[in-house]
Amino acid sequence: MSTSARYTREIPQRYRLEAAKCKGCSKLFFPPRLICDECGGKEFEPHRLSDKGKVVSYSVVRIGPSQFVEQVPYIVSVVELEDGVRLTCQVADAKPEELEIGAPVTIEFRKIGEEGDAGIIHYGYKAVLDRFK
Amino acid sequence: MRDVAIIGVGINRWGELWESPLRDIFVESALEAIADTKVDHLDSMYVGCMTSGLFIGQEHLASLLADYLGQNHLPSARIESACASGALAAKCGYFEVASGASDIVMVAGVEKMTDVGGDGATYALSTAADAEYEVYHGVTFPSLYAMMAVEHMHLYGTTSEDLAHVAVKNHKHGAKNPLAQFPFEISVDAVLNSIMVADPLHIYDCSPITDGAAAAILCPLEMASKFTDKPLVRVAGIGHATDTIALHQRKELSWLEGTARAAKQAYKQADIKPQDLHCAEVHDCFTIAEIMVIEALGLVEKGKGGSAAKEGTTALGGKIPVNTSGGLKSKGHPVGATGVAQLVEVTKQLRGECGERQVEGAKYGLTQNMGGTGGSAVVHILEAI
Ligand SMILES: [Zn+2]
Repeated sequence: MSTSARYTREIPQRYRLEAAKCKGCSKLFFPPRLICDECGGKEFEPHRLSDKGKVVSYSVVRIGPSQFVEQVPYIVSVVELEDGVRLTCQVADAKPEELEIGAPVTIEFRKIGEEGDAGIIHYGYKAVLDRFK
Repeated sequence: MRDVAIIGVGINRWGELWESPLRDIFVESALEAIADTKVDHLDSMYVGCMTSGLFIGQEHLASLLADYLGQNHLPSARIESACASGALAAKCGYFEVASGASDIVMVAGVEKMTDVGGDGATYALSTAADAEYEVYHGVTFPSLYAMMAVEHMHLYGTTSEDLAHVAVKNHKHGAKNPLAQFPFEISVDAVLNSIMVADPLHIYDCSPITDGAAAAILCPLEMASKFTDKPLVRVAGIGHATDTIALHQRKELSWLEGTARAAKQAYKQADIKPQDLHCAEVHDCFTIAEIMVIEALGLVEKGKGGSAAKEGTTALGGKIPVNTSGGLKSKGHPVGATGVAQLVEVTKQLRGECGERQVEGAKYGLTQNMGGTGGSAVVHILEAI
């Protein structure tokens, strides 16, 4: 799936939800970008996203790609964080029937998958339904 | 800018063509398009292909395919914009002719998808999504469209049955198309009882894996009658737009802004309104896609796409027949070829060559081809002269 260089450079986003805040108009970008599509600004400051959000939409993957085949069925979701930033992630530890649009979630640091053979283990963010907390 | 005509079209066998290599699949359709005209040469060629590199380990198609077409040294370009590669190749050819740079240009599309297994195909197709921020987390294309469907259902009350009716309608059309990969009818129950791929999408909500190609020949409208005796078809309008490839970066998951913008440009250039269309070929890679597309094209009001197939609005004989060819669902979806195949179908409709699935008196027809979850979109409007 990824070489280790490719994996390593995404770590600030995957491990720490690091976004970039435009110094011109305060728009948030996740992942960070080099130019703001709102004001054209090119200066940003790091911004740690909120780990609280809600489900925008979701689905249950029943036929998955090979790297995830042992996890099926699993829930994927578009989540909107309190900052207004949206991201795609899995919803861990939940049953499909427990999901609904608007359900509050917390983003947690989890294992995403393994590369196989002697490959590296992939980590990143997953959402957990707040009723379980 | 010169007016541009489509003077020849070619489309060959579609399906699981295990015995045929990509180059032959392309050449068969390309030769058929040439034979549909009286041209004695080509000035240039554009071929849409999404990812022959991942499907068959072959890039540099522009030169390979020109050579195998018997056109070694022809200026040739391969165009990629995921599943919208075919229509984008057509757009490139259109502007080359319209600008006066060339007179006779072939636009084609091809994809050879069955040399890899199901998992290889899933991976190849997934590269049309954001590799680091979508695919990394385990989403698949069915699950991305499923999330669009879940939002559409939540906002507008669209049901699984509404989705099933899109598949049923397109298979009904495809049953009248001898070229279709799955030329048979299916029932609503069959769709709803088929295996779930990504809730709420069943396998019968999804278009298949297909080998296939399609080709068309363009020339200036003023020269067209020299190269064909068939009814003339003019490219009346073209629109093209992009959107974020990551679905989550859009404000509304179930609204296709790229398609809406491309359509607006095309309608403006053609100087017609959605109500003026007689038929449309749209990108029903999943049943929910057709529902969202007809809304973005203005064929139905926003939020009202769900019931269109069920009520017959988009069926043959309805107000605006959509996907008379069977669509991606029944005809097949060799991704890079799809956009050109849509132009082939609408050209045949405007020439009155569609037999059992003919829309009588069709004068204006539209094609809409998109990549990924709508991150690229190309709309053509064709007019019978
Ligand atoms: Zn800004």
